[in-house]
Amino acid sequence: MGLRLDLFLFTIGILWGAVVSDLVLSKVDRRIDLRSQAVRIVSTLKVENEGSDLVSEVLLAFPDNRIKHLAYLAASPNEGKGKAKVSSNAYPVEAAQPKDVPPGLTFYSVSLPKGLGKGDSLTFDVLAVFTHTLQPFPEKITQADVQLLVFQESAHYLSPYQVKVQSLSVKLPDARIESYTRLENSKIHGSEIKYGPYENLPPFSYSPIVVHFESNEPFAVAHKLVREIEVSHWGNVQVTEHYDLVHGGAQSKGEFSRLDYQARPHVRGASAFRRLVARLPPRAHSVYYRDEIGNISTSHLWGDSKKTELEIEPRYPMFGGWKTAFTIGYGLPLHDFLFESEGKRLLNFSFGCPMNEVVIDTLIVKVVLPEGSRDISVSAPFPVKQWQEKKISHLDVDGRPVVVLEKTNVVPEHNQYFQVYYKFNSFAMLREPLMLISGFFFFFVACILYTHADLSISKSSASYLAKMQWDEVQAAVQQVQNIVNRCLTIHDKLEASLSDLSRTGDIQGCKAARKAADGSLKELIKELKPLLSFLQSSQQAAQILPKVEELVAKEKDLQERLMAKHGAVVDCYEKKYGGREIENRVAQQQQKITALRHEVDDLLEIIDEI
Amino acid sequence: MVGKPESSNGTAKSGSNQTGSSPPSALPLNLKSDLFSSLSFKTLKLKTKQQELLLRVSILCLIYILAFITRLFSVLRYESMIHEFDPYFNYRTTLFLTQKGFYEFWNWFDSESWYPLGRIIGGTLYPGLMVTAAIIYWVLRFLRFAVHIREVCVLTAPFFASNTTLVAYFFGKEIWDSGAGLVAAALIAICPGYISRSVAGSYDNEGVAIFALLFTFYLFVKAVNTGSLAWALASAFGYFYMVSAWGGYVFIINLIPLYVLVLLITGRYSMRLYVAYNCMYVLGMLLAMQIRFVGFQHVQSGEHMAAMGVFFLIQVFYFLDWVRYLLSDTKLFQAFLRITVTTAVGVGAIALGVGTASGYISPWTGRFYSLLDPTYAKDHIPIIASVSEHQPTAWSSFMFDFHILLFLFPAGLYFCFKRLSDATIFIVMYGLTSMYFAGVMVRLILVATPAVCLISAIAVSATIKNLTQLVRTKSKVPQSGSSKGSGSSKGSSKATVDQSQPFQRNGAIALLLGAFYLLSKYATHCTWVTSEAYSSPSIVLAARGAHGNRVIFDDYREAYFWLRQNTPPDAKVMSWWDYGYQITAMGNRTVIVDNNTWNNTHIATVGRAMSSYEHEAIEIMRSLDVDYVLVVFGGVTGYSSDDINKFLWMVRIGGGVFPVIKEPDYLVNGEYRVDKGAAPKMLNCLMYKLCYYRFGELTTEYGKPPGYDRARGVEIGNKDIKLEYLEEAFTTSNWIVRIYKVKPPNNRW
Repeated sequence: MGLRLDLFLFTIGILWGAVVSDLVLSKVDRRIDLRSQAVRIVSTLKVENEGSDLVSEVLLAFPDNRIKHLAYLAASPNEGKGKAKVSSNAYPVEAAQPKDVPPGLTFYSVSLPKGLGKGDSLTFDVLAVFTHTLQPFPEKITQADVQLLVFQESAHYLSPYQVKVQSLSVKLPDARIESYTRLENSKIHGSEIKYGPYENLPPFSYSPIVVHFESNEPFAVAHKLVREIEVSHWGNVQVTEHYDLVHGGAQSKGEFSRLDYQARPHVRGASAFRRLVARLPPRAHSVYYRDEIGNISTSHLWGDSKKTELEIEPRYPMFGGWKTAFTIGYGLPLHDFLFESEGKRLLNFSFGCPMNEVVIDTLIVKVVLPEGSRDISVSAPFPVKQWQEKKISHLDVDGRPVVVLEKTNVVPEHNQYFQVYYKFNSFAMLREPLMLISGFFFFFVACILYTHADLSISKSSASYLAKMQWDEVQAAVQQVQNIVNRCLTIHDKLEASLSDLSRTGDIQGCKAARKAADGSLKELIKELKPLLSFLQSSQQAAQILPKVEELVAKEKDLQERLMAKHGAVVDCYEKKYGGREIENRVAQQQQKITALRHEVDDLLEIIDEI
Repeated sequence: MVGKPESSNGTAKSGSNQTGSSPPSALPLNLKSDLFSSLSFKTLKLKTKQQELLLRVSILCLIYILAFITRLFSVLRYESMIHEFDPYFNYRTTLFLTQKGFYEFWNWFDSESWYPLGRIIGGTLYPGLMVTAAIIYWVLRFLRFAVHIREVCVLTAPFFASNTTLVAYFFGKEIWDSGAGLVAAALIAICPGYISRSVAGSYDNEGVAIFALLFTFYLFVKAVNTGSLAWALASAFGYFYMVSAWGGYVFIINLIPLYVLVLLITGRYSMRLYVAYNCMYVLGMLLAMQIRFVGFQHVQSGEHMAAMGVFFLIQVFYFLDWVRYLLSDTKLFQAFLRITVTTAVGVGAIALGVGTASGYISPWTGRFYSLLDPTYAKDHIPIIASVSEHQPTAWSSFMFDFHILLFLFPAGLYFCFKRLSDATIFIVMYGLTSMYFAGVMVRLILVATPAVCLISAIAVSATIKNLTQLVRTKSKVPQSGSSKGSGSSKGSSKATVDQSQPFQRNGAIALLLGAFYLLSKYATHCTWVTSEAYSSPSIVLAARGAHGNRVIFDDYREAYFWLRQNTPPDAKVMSWWDYGYQITAMGNRTVIVDNNTWNNTHIATVGRAMSSYEHEAIEIMRSLDVDYVLVVFGGVTGYSSDDINKFLWMVRIGGGVFPVIKEPDYLVNGEYRVDKGAAPKMLNCLMYKLCYYRFGELTTEYGKPPGYDRARGVEIGNKDIKLEYLEEAFTTSNWIVRIYKVKPPNNRW
């Protein structure tokens, strides 16, 4: 123990040692993982109660300068070696402020599931994740340099309890180690540095060590990440994530040479990173990746039934201190995330960022619920700041309720599910389509009203009167045309009866048809008379009148000829002439009828065009 | 979409149906008429008028949609983004307008451009486009459509193109008939000359201005045709909108007086014309003066004087008319006429002379001159001549942009002259003048496009109408004949058909088929041009890779985004003016010069810096407070519109103001080269150094020496470039954009 440097802390330790409790850490095994930018410390503690009182809380101590970088802290029963997992039976950890402790330290207490009696012992793991703890040194490097990091820790486990046996191992990336503090019992194993075992250290022992090593792991830090999760009950959850990313490692200085970077990217640009991988939930669709000025074309997407992987490249390689900002968005099937329980709806969604390497300084999660959701409550696995907002989106009247959760210092360990409970009436889904439908409906109604409304200001002006008269004339002409058309229909019926006759020889039927046609034609002619007299009297009709009169005359002619033909054919049948002879007899008339019929049709068209 | 819509119903249809659907019968004639009746009176209960209306409306709707969606190629091929250069400025200002409101926008002093001078945005732009987009945006927001302003900006031009088709329809209807209107709408919907400036993302003034232009013309012609004060008023407001949208309003304010003058000379003066022109001119002028950028120019500058002269002239005409009405003696009137005309012309000439001499009436601007005299800009204003879209138009681009319209245009003129009226005179004048301007400047093809479409539509519509009439009148007799023939195959064969002109009908059918073939060719050509040539945003470049795959060069945005993120917010970037708008909009950094080109000296300073040696350039850059220099370089990718190819213009513009810069210094025997044989000044000027810095070490193409410039196809002449005062800050992945940082001065001790 002769090499102990921090005598001050040690003295404190001596002075304050025995005060806290009767617990003793009989074995402490710490593993520090420095392979990514977040420092993960897994401490396996074996706690023994040497006092007589039942103890149910174990205190953990951290230096104050560390505590603001502490992102994640969890304690769970030891499940053998390996990475401590976040399991469901984790012990609750709370901030604690025990009395009579040295200044400069912050305490957390782990509540054990059942108290430790005298002589009992328990082994559990504590996982602590720190961000921004690795300091680049030198702070500024050129494009060709590698990034060197400094990590400071204590070789001794800082604890308010006496520690009987302890050891520490520091796992570094597979690269060069610039230097490290050599203490007794320190040895190096490939990329792992081991300290200890040390025995029987008093409380608050502290022995600083410094590790200076090379690391080119991506230092992607998101200053701010806003995740917006928008729930649509039409079957989609739309996730939009706005990243504000920076390379948090050593700043780059001097010039950036694309030539060097292109030629040997791993040497001339070792500290830079150029891609990130987002692990999205399975069945993610409509994925996009863009920023303020447009789409970014450098991205790849893979998917299988377990996950969807989106590999994105920022627009430029990220060197130290370089910033970028982008947005990724994707849609997810609603039924994977939304459930019903006890009349309430429950959205179960992951909290953290889908990218594993990214450390987030401030994470804001916004859950946008459909308009009309009520009784909203959130349950999150760790404390978050939360409040509610309104967001006005497509076809909203009073906005959609938004639950906002904010958390600082987020690491991948926070990728846990949180739940939003709310009530929502399914009929409210129909509101927006109905709004659209009624909007169009009223638009069309307005159009109809407009076309039927008379909006002219002066009802007595000459032009207005002329227009009104012209309208009347047009109506009359239209009626005339109608009547003529009906006449033509009757003609067609007559012709049809003739063709029936030729097929069946039913003379009586034919005669009946003739009679009916005669009657209706007479009626039509009666109807025609007042219209014609109106047209003759009207001034506006002057130009159209001759045509109309011609039309009526021609029609009359046609009628007569048709009747004559009909009579002739029926006559022939009664006299039992052969088909050929009949045709010969009516051929001439037939020709005239056809010609007349065309003339009538032409006239109808001409009148139409006027 | 172009034929006579009425022909698709009625007799012809039922006639053709008959043969297919009816079983053989003794009297097919009867059956035919039976079917006829059942088709036209039972199933289609509409009157012919209504049918026509329905067809017309649905055709117009289809054209409206077609005009919109054909412009979406750019969105499909690339993305929903703003294109090219000027649109970025418009987008930036629109963003400002929607965020800060109209008054802030109107009084905006932009310190991010033209450093250190700045630019008064509100007073130096045509706000019509931005206000239009902002209003659309606000209306959509009000209707609770949560759109992004970028989407509105991207789709503004297609939306207005669709509206233009409607105006074209009404205009065509006004000058010819509704058939011509429909054809005009269809032609203009897909005409490449117009599409080139109105694809989705081309958020430029022209996008709304062509609509405004055509609308103003339509309203004015309507006013002249009706003599109605309401239409004249509407045309004044249309003119106001045009003035607010585009500098091309000068075309309106010169064409309309010219038209009035022509009507006066040809003896077509009427009260309708008097009402229309006076109302339009006076009100239009007052309204136009509300636009700050125009202001008193409208009454003071030479370009607007023609309108004023014609205004006074038409008063003289009115006065003379009145005097003639009072004086019954023709001799007296002749004498009076002579005196009045002489004094009027004299007074006008004196006023113009005095006004010009005293400087009250400003002379014509260079741009205006260069329109009238195509060689003017080349000799006097290199900054105008340097823009590719200000070059005289090649025949190929006429063919490319107009296709068959180029041939139909003279035919349409023939039809117009055959049926001369006030309206056709207008369209003829519009067509001829705008065609002249289109010949002078490539970009003015845009102005000519509506006229060409309208006149061609008249040709198409008139031809097709005549042909179909031929076919229809003849078709009836043969049809009845043939049906009778089939009927008489059993009975009497008495087919005496009127076959007096057998070839006329066949000829008509052949011509019709030919017309449809041409029109369909036109449609395919337009679609092809739109998708291949006019839908590139020019920010993102696309090329075909070795395996036929599509390679995207997104270097511009890479560089601009790098600037935006990784330079101090107050950094000043020096680049050639082409990229100014993009740097401020996408890079959000201050620029020295931009596409506004209002200050020739400032641009010349940048040109001088680029064409000087590095130690001279650094003085200029320090005096301009430059932090970064941005150059565009295509040597690696073979992208030819880069700064090296534009460099001679920089030299010319720089040399125009600073005689230190001499163009011959950069040329060898009048030849512009970058290889070993290049002029020494060329090899050592700043632009050359910045573009080719460390390029000599790069092998761009297999089998070529390092430093092989693919854009120019030569090995560069100076491979050992050292920079003393600048350092490479960023180069994009394909080297298209290179950004250099100006090093701080060395410590003296």
